[in-house]
Amino acid sequence: MTEAEAIGAILWLSLTAYAVLAGADFGGGVWDLFATGPRQAAQRQAIAAAMGPVWEANHVWLIFMIVGLFTCFPPAFAALAVGLFAPFTIALMGIVLRGAAFAFRAHAREAIGPIEPWGGVFGAASVISPFFLGVAAGATASGSIHAAGSDVRFVADSPWTVAFIADVGLFAVALCAYLAATYLMVETDVNADLQADFRNRAAAAAIASGVLGLAGLILAYVGARPAFDSLTGRGLPLLVLALVNGPLALLAVWRSEPRLARVAVAAQVTFVLWALAVGQWPYLVRPTYTLDSAAAPAGTLTGFLIVAGAGMLLLLPSLYLLFRVFKGRNPASVEADRTKPA
Amino acid sequence: MDNVSLARITMGTSLAFHIVFAVIGVGLPVLLSAAEGLGLWRKDAVWTDLARRWSLAFGILFAVGAVSGTVLSFELGLLWPRFMALSGSMIGLPFSAEGFAFFLEAIFLGLYLYGWNRLSPLAHWLTSIPIAISGAASALFVVMTNAWMNHPAGFELVNGQVTKVDPLAAAFNAATPTEDVHMLVSAYVCTGFLVASAYAAGMLRGRLDAAHRRGLAAGMTMGVAAIALAGVTGDSSARFVYTDQPAKFAAMEGLYRTLHGAPLHIGGIPLESQQRVVFGLEIPRGLSLLAAFDPNAEVKGLNEVPAADRPNPILVHLSFDTMVGLGTLLGILALVFWGVAWRGRAIPTVRPLLMVLALAGPAAVIAMEAGWFVTEFGRQPWVVYGILRTAQAATPVQGLFISLLAFLLIYLALAVTTARLLLLLAERRRRAE
Repeated sequence: MTEAEAIGAILWLSLTAYAVLAGADFGGGVWDLFATGPRQAAQRQAIAAAMGPVWEANHVWLIFMIVGLFTCFPPAFAALAVGLFAPFTIALMGIVLRGAAFAFRAHAREAIGPIEPWGGVFGAASVISPFFLGVAAGATASGSIHAAGSDVRFVADSPWTVAFIADVGLFAVALCAYLAATYLMVETDVNADLQADFRNRAAAAAIASGVLGLAGLILAYVGARPAFDSLTGRGLPLLVLALVNGPLALLAVWRSEPRLARVAVAAQVTFVLWALAVGQWPYLVRPTYTLDSAAAPAGTLTGFLIVAGAGMLLLLPSLYLLFRVFKGRNPASVEADRTKPA
Repeated sequence: MDNVSLARITMGTSLAFHIVFAVIGVGLPVLLSAAEGLGLWRKDAVWTDLARRWSLAFGILFAVGAVSGTVLSFELGLLWPRFMALSGSMIGLPFSAEGFAFFLEAIFLGLYLYGWNRLSPLAHWLTSIPIAISGAASALFVVMTNAWMNHPAGFELVNGQVTKVDPLAAAFNAATPTEDVHMLVSAYVCTGFLVASAYAAGMLRGRLDAAHRRGLAAGMTMGVAAIALAGVTGDSSARFVYTDQPAKFAAMEGLYRTLHGAPLHIGGIPLESQQRVVFGLEIPRGLSLLAAFDPNAEVKGLNEVPAADRPNPILVHLSFDTMVGLGTLLGILALVFWGVAWRGRAIPTVRPLLMVLALAGPAAVIAMEAGWFVTEFGRQPWVVYGILRTAQAATPVQGLFISLLAFLLIYLALAVTTARLLLLLAERRRRAE
């Protein structure tokens, strides 16, 4: 494995961490938007309590990935920034509005009550951002980013390509919602009614993401052959894992096994991401940039590995502490639920 | 408008917006930690209560800073892909280190904000320390990248392609020490005076309780120490620019022609047509004396570089004088405040002084922004000094105008809501008391 490939793996791991952790924060926003029924307020409160302490840290995985990409693979980053200008810009606006809206609500609500319209902004932006990040991923995986030197353009081969890309966007939203609903099942362990709400939501999201995922495979075959070839080529073992794990995860949700469901759904997201990554390895932006052809000079790569290694030594114990305090046996939302009945 | 102008306006607005929250993210944890530590050590509920209040406001301010910082990390590529393709491998390592520092700051902030009831008082106080350290570290790392743009180093360029990179030489380039330290202390200047302003404004409305007096004292303690350091580090920054970027220095001073024994102009407007500063206060030989400690020293003028390579002296000179002028006034204000406090053996509550103090925070922020105007406008027309022109770095995509408009609206909404929430939080506390 070259240094560039090692860094590629690290960045893909970061993307996985972002998807599994921050994805659930987006999903929390989705369920905030769709909070319904007699326990509407309690649902929103559980979401806010679960996200509060961790969302900012979860969000940093994205920044780490972007920075790693432009440090170690500058031409590929530049090509993606031009080719995916619109989806990235819209996702970015969503990220800004989502984060700010959450903070406005979280830190102001107990002091001055709800501050509309930021509640709606939080939910809407939580749908928009993962959708457009999914669109960016779909466009890249389908090989629609054509880069020739500094001339980069988005070229869709057929309407099916566009359909594939849109499907990946929706798939991303569904997976985020799925992650969040299962995590919230764990967080609402002491409140059976609330937990049942999130179980139903998890099941709905499971079915939606299953349908969208399978549709994505078909659309990839029709309109995004590079993505299909990746998934059924070298990515096949992981794709099979995802196809087997999917129903098992749904089973865990349906039988109300929150902790098992949480692991199964996080694994599902990981399998999907790695099926794509392994499938298109060693390409970053097909067919122009591979990890090696886009790589920065050796000094930068070595430096990045050293910085990343040293950083992880500080980061991982700190993250452990954060999750231990707020997500251990006694999650923060459970405490909020006990002290402040809705 | 062309893409270069649109990209510059978008980037400039994003930076100007983000940095206000960023400096608070650097400075406020220090005050939080000090206040909570004092409360713990002296078993003094007033200090602990102050820390709790600041923690609520900090939760909002940090979040806005974090998300607006994310915008910047994307905009580097979205607006300036050619700049990033060239410099990503050089400025990336400080950015990566900054990423980790930011990570730690966000983690410990989560523990801090949400841990008041979950951690023991001592453990809670301890979580504030990594926030303060990683806040300062983020600032140092991120400014290294700007220093590199001013003094690109640590690489070899063959036919426009970067072939060899020495990341340490790039990160610790010659501009790094002065720029880094000056920015760090400026962050403390802004935080100190902003906190002081908030409490001075409260005291003007008749709230003269212990919490207000201590809040003011805490802000002014940070303010007086930081503004003194800002003066010293600013002076060495300026003298570094004098030797390293003569065109920027000439623009800062509105000096069109190279002179021995150059005069210093305070205020005034550099006029291209007259090749001199008009309406300013002229101190003969002052510039040579300040820049080189020699009244007859040579100071290079804008005429030393081709017209196409000159920054705009009007913008740069006025920004520079704004920064220095406001900085000087803040220094005098801090001295007066502590002088009055020392003579009266109490935190001053005289109205005229409080009125000036209430304006000191915004003034500090304006000074800091003006300082960035000097750095950025002064480096033009280069984005990487001497290597890559700003005009060559912008993205070719369509639609920058729409994205600029959208971001302007978003920043406006965030600024208005943040201000409104902070005022409402303060108001509610007042009614609770």
